[in-house]
Amino acid sequence: MKYVDEFRRRDLARGLARAIAAEADPARGYNLMEFCGGHTHAIFRFGVQDLMPENLRFVHGPGCPVCVLPVARIENAIELAERHGVILCTYGDMMRVPAGKRRSLLKAKAGGADVRMVYSTQDALAIARKAPERQVVFFAIGFETTTPPTALAIKQAAAEGLENFSVFCNHVLTPAAIRHILESPEVGEQGRLSIDGFLGPSHVSSVIGSRPYAFVAEAYRRPIVIAGFEPLDVMQSALMLIRQLNEGRHEVENQYRRVVTPEGNLKAQALVAEVLTLRRSFEWRGLGPVPESALEIRESFAAFDAERRFDITPSDRGDVKGCLCPSILRGVKKPTDCKLFGTVCTPENPMGSCMVSSEGACAAYWTYGRFRDAGGTRRKREQAA
Amino acid sequence: MSHGGGGRATAQLVAELFMRHLDNPLLNQGNDQACFPAPSGRMVMTTDGHVVSPLLFPGGDIGSLAVHGTINDVAMAGARPLYLSAAFILEEGFPLADLERIVISMAEAATAAGVSIVTGDTKVVEAGKGDGVFIATTGVGVVPDGIEISGDRAEAGDTILVSGNIGDHGIAILSKRENLEFETEIRSDSAALHGLVAAMVEAVPSIHCLRDPTRGGLGTTLNELARQSGVGMRVREDAIPIKPDVAAACELLGIDPLYVANEGKLVAICPAAQAERLLSAMRCHPLGRDASIIGQVVADEHGFVQMETGFGGQRMVDWPAGEQLPRIC
Repeated sequence: MKYVDEFRRRDLARGLARAIAAEADPARGYNLMEFCGGHTHAIFRFGVQDLMPENLRFVHGPGCPVCVLPVARIENAIELAERHGVILCTYGDMMRVPAGKRRSLLKAKAGGADVRMVYSTQDALAIARKAPERQVVFFAIGFETTTPPTALAIKQAAAEGLENFSVFCNHVLTPAAIRHILESPEVGEQGRLSIDGFLGPSHVSSVIGSRPYAFVAEAYRRPIVIAGFEPLDVMQSALMLIRQLNEGRHEVENQYRRVVTPEGNLKAQALVAEVLTLRRSFEWRGLGPVPESALEIRESFAAFDAERRFDITPSDRGDVKGCLCPSILRGVKKPTDCKLFGTVCTPENPMGSCMVSSEGACAAYWTYGRFRDAGGTRRKREQAA
Repeated sequence: MSHGGGGRATAQLVAELFMRHLDNPLLNQGNDQACFPAPSGRMVMTTDGHVVSPLLFPGGDIGSLAVHGTINDVAMAGARPLYLSAAFILEEGFPLADLERIVISMAEAATAAGVSIVTGDTKVVEAGKGDGVFIATTGVGVVPDGIEISGDRAEAGDTILVSGNIGDHGIAILSKRENLEFETEIRSDSAALHGLVAAMVEAVPSIHCLRDPTRGGLGTTLNELARQSGVGMRVREDAIPIKPDVAAACELLGIDPLYVANEGKLVAICPAAQAERLLSAMRCHPLGRDASIIGQVVADEHGFVQMETGFGGQRMVDWPAGEQLPRIC
């Protein structure tokens, strides 16, 4: 498989593992936060941690768009489908996410609501064109990566005068979330956890570029490497972070140069800026309200904003009590520290945000890694090398 | 609706469609049951419901799939399949031409497999209360003396084999789903496996387990066998055969090929000393030419299925949580 297999080669992985082992200073630890769920997934799916030295720890961040969407917004989406009788279109992994009272879009669909899984905003537009007598709402979620297609769909609907199409906008922004984590009491200067560096979200940077992360290096003095999602990308990025830390540097470096540029995709940025604007604050599941961390539809496209078109009432439903997701999302706790993990909270019956999507830290650990705590087989560094 | 009412229209449908195409002496008797001599030895019986969308897909359709799937469930006991039944639940308005095509496909699959469909039933439900056509099948067969194959017989030290490339059926179906059509030449692997099984049990009568990794794929099947036998498993990702275009489609959709359905593949577990002999026998059969040894059974009180990744790390192959849903990014 061209452009994939090259980034999964075992011989290259072993070479990188040797280089990391040689450069990692045994006298110190390296806590590297991978912001993106895509990285978390890759680390567990390919067993990347097995090839790392003992003193390098991947700290799993909040970067799963499905995981961080608060219960209240999912309740709103279910309400749109059930009470307003719209055709509610959304991406696949949003379907199973639990809302209050163990409800989910999948269960709403089973109960007769018209909820449809789509693969792109264009699918939702096509459904709206085919069913002019029905209201079609696209339940938009995701980071900067999935935002341009949403903006494009709104623009297309406006150009076509498609009166039965609107968007329930829940797009969130990564730089604000990273800042929030760095300023949280658990992580900040007086915090219990030191995050030494970040693996930056590469697909996000393919849109916004690497420049928006300069504050991580400048204001917070943490190195950040924009890292691709293949396992070799993750390992190479870890090596780049180790080098920066050993040399006392804190810079934005770009490992994913095959796609990402400092300025990003200017056309996509212009499109998003034309249709969407910053929200003052947005609730993140597990993190609470984060200032200027999400987007809403501009006044000029208000006709296509489902929040304005329908009577969407805010829900105050919060996270499950006893759930450690807020601390896990900040990297302060591990999935196994949570009493709910693996007991009442499993991928079949997720309680918290980290167990919701396969990219969440708890789900990834449960699905791919729980054998390690059962007397499993952590591979020794020497074997990898 | 009249075709399901039990009157003249039903009789006409049975005579002109089902009996005409599925022609065999037992069915032709026209009784409400098929009466046949009971062979000596141990009998095997299985039942299966078939609901697939779309009904026609590259490499097969719901008719041939129903025959193959039922034969395979019988064959996974090491048995020789003998007879099938078929019950059709038709949605009002379903085109007779499409039904005929499906019945012809069933007849061809059964004839090719040397198995007869000897009894059946037809019901019609109102429009909107079905999905075109559902087929329920039952199969019976007989296990040769000396064969003891069961999902609870895997032992630590045994070898795990798979008969060929995984994921073809599931990806062929997905490629034709509404709103997800993509360019591919992947065809379903739908096939009757009893011939391959006969060759395998002849070469290695001491096979411990056989199972066809259908819905839920290879990953689910390995977990089922591990749980049934109270053992763990260690497999190697590099050894699991998968076509590049299936792997590419899975990457594109963000799904794991280990959990994608197959309809013409089997997993075999046998004593390690017999593994190479079994592998040779499988590779000599057209349906097993891509067979591979993929791992070993190990003692593990947790029943974990672990995999050495192609990348050189370790991970679990867990039970899937519900249906695989494409990831957002």
